[in-house]
Amino acid sequence: MTTPFLSVQDLKVHFPTPDGIVKATDGLSFTLEKGRTLGIVGESGSGKSVSSSAILGLHRKTSAQVSGQILLEGTDLLQISDEQMRRKRGAEVAMIFQDPLSAMHPYYTVGNQISEAYRVHHSVSKKAARTRTIEMLDRVGIPQPDRRVDDYPHQFSGGMRQRAMIAMALINNPSLLIADEPTTALDVTVQAQILDLLQDLQREFESAVIIITHDLGVIAEMADEVLVMYAGRAVEYGMAKELMTHPEMPYTWGLLSSVPDVAGDTSAKLIPIPGSPPSLLNTPSGCAFHPRCTHSAKVQGDLCRTVMPELVPGTRTESHLKRCHLANPDAIYEQEVLPEIAPDLVEER
Amino acid sequence: MRRIFIGIVLLLALSLMTFFLFFASPVDVTRFACGKNCTPEKRATTEKALGYDKPVLEQWTDFLKGIVVGRDYPDDPELQAAAPDVVTHCAAPCFGYSQVNAQTVNQLIKEAAPVSVSLALMAVFIWVLLGVLFGLLAAVTKGSLIDRGIVGLTLVVYAFPTFFVAIFLLKYVAIKWQWLPFPQYETIAEGGIGGWLTNLILPATTLALFYLAGYVRITRAFVLESLSEDYIRTATAKGLAPRKVLFKHALRAALTPLVTMIGLDFASLLGGAIITETVFSYHGLGALAVRANVSYDLPVLIGLLLLAGAFVILANIVVDVLYAYIDPRVRLD
Repeated sequence: MTTPFLSVQDLKVHFPTPDGIVKATDGLSFTLEKGRTLGIVGESGSGKSVSSSAILGLHRKTSAQVSGQILLEGTDLLQISDEQMRRKRGAEVAMIFQDPLSAMHPYYTVGNQISEAYRVHHSVSKKAARTRTIEMLDRVGIPQPDRRVDDYPHQFSGGMRQRAMIAMALINNPSLLIADEPTTALDVTVQAQILDLLQDLQREFESAVIIITHDLGVIAEMADEVLVMYAGRAVEYGMAKELMTHPEMPYTWGLLSSVPDVAGDTSAKLIPIPGSPPSLLNTPSGCAFHPRCTHSAKVQGDLCRTVMPELVPGTRTESHLKRCHLANPDAIYEQEVLPEIAPDLVEER
Repeated sequence: MRRIFIGIVLLLALSLMTFFLFFASPVDVTRFACGKNCTPEKRATTEKALGYDKPVLEQWTDFLKGIVVGRDYPDDPELQAAAPDVVTHCAAPCFGYSQVNAQTVNQLIKEAAPVSVSLALMAVFIWVLLGVLFGLLAAVTKGSLIDRGIVGLTLVVYAFPTFFVAIFLLKYVAIKWQWLPFPQYETIAEGGIGGWLTNLILPATTLALFYLAGYVRITRAFVLESLSEDYIRTATAKGLAPRKVLFKHALRAALTPLVTMIGLDFASLLGGAIITETVFSYHGLGALAVRANVSYDLPVLIGLLLLAGAFVILANIVVDVLYAYIDPRVRLD
């Protein structure tokens, strides 16, 4: 077996606080190959962003305890020195953030900030960096890039700013791109454009992409593989197609039921997940999702409340992993959940 | 343009207020201006010579006229023709005439201002340099012993009254240990830049120590705030070295509030530092104000007040203009 391009093993990010240890990420494992896209889904506070920031080494050593392994092409990013990590940041691993307005410095021009990213990793003249910046701005679809390069972030529209952020992230041809909620702060019409752009660029640069979102629509559009996170852990992990059509974990069902289907059957109910995400200071015993799970009664005895289920292959394929005690989740989904959220789909069958 | 206009209106209002305030006071100005051997006749002449016999409002307009076109003291064409020697001409902008000193206010200010300006310049240099430096250091070592030490120590220094710090420095640094010569103000022409600087160190340090604590805390707070901004994460994610993230990205954002504070503190210091100038026997604007106060030299006080007000208003305008340079989102109307 060849070593995967990116392999995250048992990643833990803990924040010690006066009230106890906040386990933002608690034992996360996944792998990702070049040219593939992994979607990480979950509610806010499920540890999606914290995990991806750990890959870039963005957590301060004074406030966070990061353990486990993050192997990028065989190198453990948690073992290398700060300086070695700094050289990789922006060059091999780049990141796009949620809100492009606050993610850009208001006092520097867009061009200045993008070429700064280039010049950190390439010893070139200011002029050469500027030329390269204009090239990238043009590539991400900013009109009149040779003029807009001298604009400040506040002179850009939201979509433009996100394009500029993408240009900044891709200017060094990173092999791994992490997009943290890249479209959340944008208008819906702009969202599609940005996603298209990301897909185009991924094909062009052949990079691996991790896209973090709470929007299953984005996942359906972009991801090859999906990782569903809840309370700092993976609760379901598999190929996007398989996982979206045959989810085996009630939390994923909940996520699917909360997405409106505009084009399809509008009579379908939107069913919100009851309750709110658990506190990461003391996560519920057993399965972290059990207090909000409407299907836990189908499990024998007290299992959901007392025993944390392992992440094991589901009922259909080996590569589809789930963390749930339910014995026949696929059947429950087909018979109970699907008729509620997509009655038209059931009829077709 | 609008700002400058508002500034002028503010100054006019300030002068009117000070005028009425002084004439509302129970002090008989003429009595003090008249001197020791005052006779009723002499008193009447003095009153007339200084224009104190006129209504307050008219005195105010005379004062304004003096600023625009200049005045003669006493303003008497006959006397001017008969004995030009006794008439002092005060060229525009004329801020009044001090009978006590037998000099125009302009002359007095001209002598004292360089001292105060030098002092303020040197002090602002010391406290901004040290304040920003220590503030940054405290911010990056937040929560550590260094951070607590810096914040605590500057606070202790701040808690000492200025006259204590001044006398302490004078007694130990200048007299007992003799690290520095006893400070006596020297102009650059007299002592060269070296002499000018050396003599300013102690009084300027006294002033700077008072402002230091505030600047350390403000710098620390604003740098910490900007360090938690998203764009700092972006800068780090680009692969920038921590030093560059701190100086180019975090400090730049903290600069805006700092510039405001520096501008206003510097301006108010230009009006004179009364205690420091007194302890070090520097004849600056602060010392001039004290002398004018004890000798009821109203014209000097009015001139000084207007000058101090003008400095503050001017500093506000300068700060506003600087804003536009620092923050591209700000555009002047």
